[in-house]
Amino acid sequence: MPFIPHTQEDVAAMLNSIGAKSIEDLFDEIPAGLKCGGLEAVPAGEPEMAVTRLMHERAAQDGFYLNFIGAGAYEHHIPAAVWQIVTRGEFYSAYTPYQAEASQGTLQLIYEYQTMMTRLTGLDVSNASLYDGASGLSEAVLMAVRAAKNGSRRVLVPGSLHPRYRAVTEAVVKNQNIELVEIAFDPASGTTLLDALKPFEGQPAAGLVIAQPNFFGALEAVDPLTDWAHRNGMLAVAVVNPMSLALLKPPGQWGSAGADICVGDGQPLGVPMASGGPYFGFMTCKQALARQMPGRIVGRTVDRDGKSGFVLTLQAREQHIRRAKATSNICSNQGLLVAAATIHMALLGAEGLKRVALASHANTRALVEKLCAIPGVSRAFGAPFFHEAVLRVGSEAGEVLRALRAQGILGGYALGRDYPGMEDAILVCATETKTDGDLDRYTQQLERILSRRREAPPCAYKS
Amino acid sequence: MLIFEHSHTGRRAQAQAPQQAGAAGDLPAALLRREAPGLPETSELDVVRHYTRLSQKNFSIDTQFYPLGSCTMKYNPRACNSLAMLPQFLSRHPLADADTGQGFLASMHELQEMLKEVTGMAGVSLAPMAGAQGEFAGVAMIRAYHDARGDSERSEIIVPDAAHGTNPATATMCGYTVREIPTDRQGNVDMEALKAVVGPKTAGLMLTNPSTLGVFEKTIVAIQRIVHEAGGLTYYDGANLNAILGRVRPGDMGFDVIHMNLHKTFSTPHGGGGPGAGPVGVSERLRPFMPIPYVVEDKGFYRWAEEADCPQSIGRMSAFGGNMGVLMRAYVYARMLGREGMHRVADYAALNANYLAVELAKAGFELAFPERRASHEFIVTLKKLKDETGVSAMDFAKRLLDYGYHAPTTYFPLLVPECLLVEPTETESKETLDGFVAAMKAVKQEAEADAELVKSAPHTLPAKRLDDVKAARELDLAWKPA
Repeated sequence: MPFIPHTQEDVAAMLNSIGAKSIEDLFDEIPAGLKCGGLEAVPAGEPEMAVTRLMHERAAQDGFYLNFIGAGAYEHHIPAAVWQIVTRGEFYSAYTPYQAEASQGTLQLIYEYQTMMTRLTGLDVSNASLYDGASGLSEAVLMAVRAAKNGSRRVLVPGSLHPRYRAVTEAVVKNQNIELVEIAFDPASGTTLLDALKPFEGQPAAGLVIAQPNFFGALEAVDPLTDWAHRNGMLAVAVVNPMSLALLKPPGQWGSAGADICVGDGQPLGVPMASGGPYFGFMTCKQALARQMPGRIVGRTVDRDGKSGFVLTLQAREQHIRRAKATSNICSNQGLLVAAATIHMALLGAEGLKRVALASHANTRALVEKLCAIPGVSRAFGAPFFHEAVLRVGSEAGEVLRALRAQGILGGYALGRDYPGMEDAILVCATETKTDGDLDRYTQQLERILSRRREAPPCAYKS
Repeated sequence: MLIFEHSHTGRRAQAQAPQQAGAAGDLPAALLRREAPGLPETSELDVVRHYTRLSQKNFSIDTQFYPLGSCTMKYNPRACNSLAMLPQFLSRHPLADADTGQGFLASMHELQEMLKEVTGMAGVSLAPMAGAQGEFAGVAMIRAYHDARGDSERSEIIVPDAAHGTNPATATMCGYTVREIPTDRQGNVDMEALKAVVGPKTAGLMLTNPSTLGVFEKTIVAIQRIVHEAGGLTYYDGANLNAILGRVRPGDMGFDVIHMNLHKTFSTPHGGGGPGAGPVGVSERLRPFMPIPYVVEDKGFYRWAEEADCPQSIGRMSAFGGNMGVLMRAYVYARMLGREGMHRVADYAALNANYLAVELAKAGFELAFPERRASHEFIVTLKKLKDETGVSAMDFAKRLLDYGYHAPTTYFPLLVPECLLVEPTETESKETLDGFVAAMKAVKQEAEADAELVKSAPHTLPAKRLDDVKAARELDLAWKPA
């Protein structure tokens, strides 16, 4: 029996001890009418060898593509050591470290992770992670509303925020009467201008969300935006790419007082793209907000001998203690992904991460230059960008991307679906994993596709 | 020693970072970082050795028996991990089109179908990333259902006092008031109390069955009738699905919406606290409200159903659709188990739990519900031992660690004083259970003969008893150099 070790003798001896005739007897408290049938829609069990063959066939069917999509999930090199250590049974098959003395490995690792995240983001306190960046933002919004001195249940959200982050946050907070107000972005620069915030001056709101870089890869003027939020009695909530922080100003130093809460997706730190997960959300904040934070937090303490050790702490915020009054219903973190990120950051260090950031940025810049040399292709926005940019290709983006895909290239993310009027816009990203040859291949194929479309436009475009 | 204390200025893992860096000349100076973040400067060997050694300070299923009640710490088959980590699966971008991921999407679709069959629900969405998020999605669907019918006066969710803390916390997150109802002496929902609180304000009831007390709610059919007749919906917390897999289906019990913890029942790893996966299943009337995305099949082509397909959906739970790698592990597990393997899960989980309960009772331990059949878990109460020796459930748990066993869950459920909630799971052998009984007996004898030995445990672990109070009072949440 797969994964069940019992011999017939074991079963007989155990039933004898229990005083039952059969395993069936053990279910005698369940009303007979409720017992189910044979689960015909579940296929028969297969041995490991057959399932291995099946999964290899499915993987081969999906294959490999030359990927230039970013849009919140980024293809970076992951050192071999990262997942070899993460999948050691002692990390992989342990549970939440409730028995601290038997979980010092996981607990110390999380404490190191928390330290790394506070240093990367320039803030005081980190939790042990949340599900992903988007759900992390929803928790940050709830936290801002809890902490708001003005009692407001309204949070300002830029139109240049990742649309999925907006959607997830909306889904999570709407049942609590929290209003998300969208601030339109400037169509020339692709960023949030102070002018767009003017109408909200003097009106109570709990927080202002600031994404850096924003969804378009454009760099926001984070200093004046943070100061504006504080001047108007709001918390500044930063949404960042952690890899970028080896290079860009940390949220704790934005403006004159720093952002108050910082969240983002930790995927660029050693987590494979894997069709969307599992990733992890990180969250850091100022000391004064520590007790408003959701999720697990690890603290350092001492044992009976006065020796340093680690425990889960501030548990009085959490659902298993406070039940209906908890800061959140969350009761897990993305432990394995945190382990991956911690090992990844330890291996790369500040210098290695900065090189990843610079090399990714240099590749995207080179790609943008090459593509913009093709007739009809131009940058959509004027603001400086980091490692991701929006291009207009003068043709329906979905069709262009489909033609590229036929050549084995994933050319970027089509923005038209989220931003009406941008049907010809593609968000492109070339990380450090791309070579000059890769950039040239993309450029040649796009040039060929666009010139063919110019010469023989698709029917809908003919007059 | 922390990784930071292994750091030496100028040391780097050269092979892992790009050789060429490039310049940041085009970026405005005001937006750049002035000082490097203080990350460790170490070699590859430093890092590998440090984290390998840290891992050795953990208890885990792969190294110890881990009878943590309500957590279903069963063996995580290695094939699930290696097959979910095939390079084509790992390298696929979440926003790549469906035609680049038919192998992956077919697997997800089959997983949805299998989960529908084993739970008896009409629809399944894999979107929620953990049990608590599945609960959130479930209660949000209850709310969306009532709202869509213009039945918006319903403001209360009923939760038994034995419930997991996530149940009331979730109800609050969805904007509901929690009405808690007591449990009777047999461990069942108190029917009179239920009848007293149910009414026109009832949006729904959240229930775990078997309950966290380790017993099956025999009156489930009556409970369903009472809530449904009042216009409320019923929610099944799938935390204990391992107890009934292939035996009874939540759909057949009449539940409208459920979540499953695949990191429990479908044996995906707990990973030191995550990631999990908390798919939701719904009855026909809640299908329009399921969280997106979920996989649909159209003439052999698989794709995500998203906003345009599901205008009444409660929305998205994550940026990209869920913890796919966890779902792939669950899929591989389900294919290896197959239909015959599903009911064996509940059969042998129940056999192990009942055997262990009986053996512990024979060894002089007091069961909280001795007259009831154990489900996949059961409760031992150490109240008498505490009164006689001063040794608490926590002390007892710590001493078990010295014997090489992870402790059962302590102080949950909150209703039973000095309790240990014990869940052996189906993957443990009789010898392991016998060894655990012997350790329990030995600790009990120690408590009676030399209470201090137990109260000061553990003695053989990487850390002795840790000071939780100091940790919460003098917060040290990030390392600062001395």
